[in-house]
Amino acid sequence: MNSALSFRHVDIMFPSRKGGGLVDKAIVLAREGKSRAEILEATGVVLGVSDANLEVERGKISVLMGLSGSGKSTLLRAANRLNKTVNGEVLIGNGVAHVDIASCNDDTLRDLRKTRIAMVFQQFAILPWRSVRENVGLGLELRDIAPAIRREMVDEKLELVGLDKWADANVKDLSGGMQQRVGLARAFATDADILLMDEPFSALDPLIRRKLQDELMMLQKKLKKTILFVSHDIDEAMKIGNQITIMKEGRIVQTGTPQEIVATPANDYVRDFISHMNPLPILSADSFMKPLAPDLSNLNLAGSGPYRLEAATGKLVSDTRNFSTLFLAEGQPAPQTLAEDCILCVHQTTSLSEMAALSQQSPWPLLVHNGSSIIGLCDERSIISAVVQVSQDAA
Amino acid sequence: MLNAANDWITSHKIPLGLWMSDLVDLVRVHCTGLLDVISGSITWGVDSFTTLLQAAPPIMLIVLAVAGTAALKRRFLAPTLVGVGLLFILNQGYWDDTMATLSLILFSTLISMLIGVPLGIAAAHRPWLNKAMHPLLDLMQTLPTFVYLIPTLILFGLGTVPGLISTIIFAIPAPIRMTEMGIASVSKTFLEAGEAFGATPRQLLWKIELPAALPMIRAGLTQCIMLSLSMVVIAALVGAGGLGVPVVRALNTVQVDVGFEAGFAIVILAIILDRVCRSGDSGQ
Ligand SMILES: Nc1ncnc2c1ncn2[C@@H]1O[C@H](COP(=O)(O)OP(=O)(O)OP(=O)(O)O)[C@@H](O)[C@H]1O
Ligand SMILES: [Mg+2]
Repeated sequence: MNSALSFRHVDIMFPSRKGGGLVDKAIVLAREGKSRAEILEATGVVLGVSDANLEVERGKISVLMGLSGSGKSTLLRAANRLNKTVNGEVLIGNGVAHVDIASCNDDTLRDLRKTRIAMVFQQFAILPWRSVRENVGLGLELRDIAPAIRREMVDEKLELVGLDKWADANVKDLSGGMQQRVGLARAFATDADILLMDEPFSALDPLIRRKLQDELMMLQKKLKKTILFVSHDIDEAMKIGNQITIMKEGRIVQTGTPQEIVATPANDYVRDFISHMNPLPILSADSFMKPLAPDLSNLNLAGSGPYRLEAATGKLVSDTRNFSTLFLAEGQPAPQTLAEDCILCVHQTTSLSEMAALSQQSPWPLLVHNGSSIIGLCDERSIISAVVQVSQDAA
Repeated sequence: MLNAANDWITSHKIPLGLWMSDLVDLVRVHCTGLLDVISGSITWGVDSFTTLLQAAPPIMLIVLAVAGTAALKRRFLAPTLVGVGLLFILNQGYWDDTMATLSLILFSTLISMLIGVPLGIAAAHRPWLNKAMHPLLDLMQTLPTFVYLIPTLILFGLGTVPGLISTIIFAIPAPIRMTEMGIASVSKTFLEAGEAFGATPRQLLWKIELPAALPMIRAGLTQCIMLSLSMVVIAALVGAGGLGVPVVRALNTVQVDVGFEAGFAIVILAIILDRVCRSGDSGQ
């Protein structure tokens, strides 16, 4: 039981008329693969989600994607039982044991909501009659935590999202981006290990959205939460997701890592999704670098510049000067300023867009490592040709 | 044929009036003790508060009222209005009556809110109760006041209590309705925010629903005060004190001047109370 959150054969139905008998029929029809319209026609029941199976690993960000009405929110809201499931289990695990939040009693449900699962809303759902600090403290207040302790915990989270100066501000005076920071801090405040985020950044304009995505990823490195994230923006999903699930008409079509989704789309629906994607952020360095021979001793890099890689030191040298090499681990950002003779050695998962940015910082080619050894090299020319290749594919 | 039907209908009168008077008799016979206790304690409360207000030096109260409004409102107009209005009432010689009316309104509003807000909350949470209550509330506001004045007179005798009860019957639909509307219109996302963080139904009520509905409830309070004030003359008719008394007296003796003076005092009191009530919500 390694998953922090797992959905097992989850069905969610919305009966539009009274009387539950038809729900059973709707489930049967759904299992037979009937479409949402057919089920609605036959039973008067709206199919929310049918037979959803999904495992979200501890500390990972899992993104639900799909067109409007595909059931993303419905599935996400089953994770804290804001939507009731008709069938199936929604398991909240702690590494040793698990609870089925879909069937537990009300007290257990409230306990889970208070301590294990927190939520960030698309429309922020910040309470306008409360100050920023009072909003962030909501979850702790509901848990009856003493004001002094609460204040301390809240202030810590406010600092985390950069709102410490706004603690006493009136939330009505905050911009959308700031309000959603309050939403994030509120979710972090209870120290829940599972976060549900239903399109948290969609209501923000693109610049702020990107900024908050970056901040979320920075925070995630530190906090290592298990996050279920709904998005309808494939670029956002690819950027932040460790796992992506594509949904259509209440059913899960494909689940996989971003790379898997891009490399082996399950069907045309998925293919259509990724065709609208900006590929620069996901194309990784090892897919367009110039590979180095495993035996570095006879390496001749004349083709990519007047440099030589010294096998003994792993250093790049030219006839006229020595370079120092700065190794960046996976996901580690480059320093703002680089010494003049510094060569960057980046991880193989670094994306094309990051590589393009890094190549602007340093006049020298970029080396690529796989965590243990240097495996390739990217100069400006290889980056440009990769970008050209991508734009030709897109056209 | 038609005549026969007509005769049959008129000769078989449904004894609605009789039932109601029987009911009143029944209550009177069996609950005398309880009625006396209710009547006694309410009269005592209203009267002693009236005495208290009347005993205080008027100028001091006026200064206090002006200062209070100024503190709430932080503007010039409202406190000025309050000061000038009260001074005018004092000048016209209706101070004591105004204080008696104020005390009556305070009690009727207090009781109306104490009953009305919980009822409104209950109705907002139970659609069937809301549906059942709607026609009743309409009835309370449309039934001519004198109709229920008679049974209250029989039950409680002439005095403050029947006045207060008729005032409450007339005014209480406002806080019930406004509370119900306020709670029912709380945004679903706010409720879900509360639920998602594990609120119990009680916490949901106190921390989400009531604060969100507060502006509406406050509007209900203002309406309740205004409706209570509009009943002063009728309350005076059954023996309650206050500004209604000179109006009734003027009516009986056809004194145009007294009627206008007292009527004017009521209007001024209405304006002042309205200003003071609103200053709370216009603070934001
Ligand atoms: N409470 C409800 N009652 C009835 N039908 C509902 C309810 N909630 C969702 N639905 C229906 O279930 C379907 C899935 O809705 P859902 O909100 O999960 O879609 P979504 O993928 O989140 O779409 P969006 O991108 O627009 O948010 C829709 O057809 C919707 O009408
Ligand atoms: Mg949605």
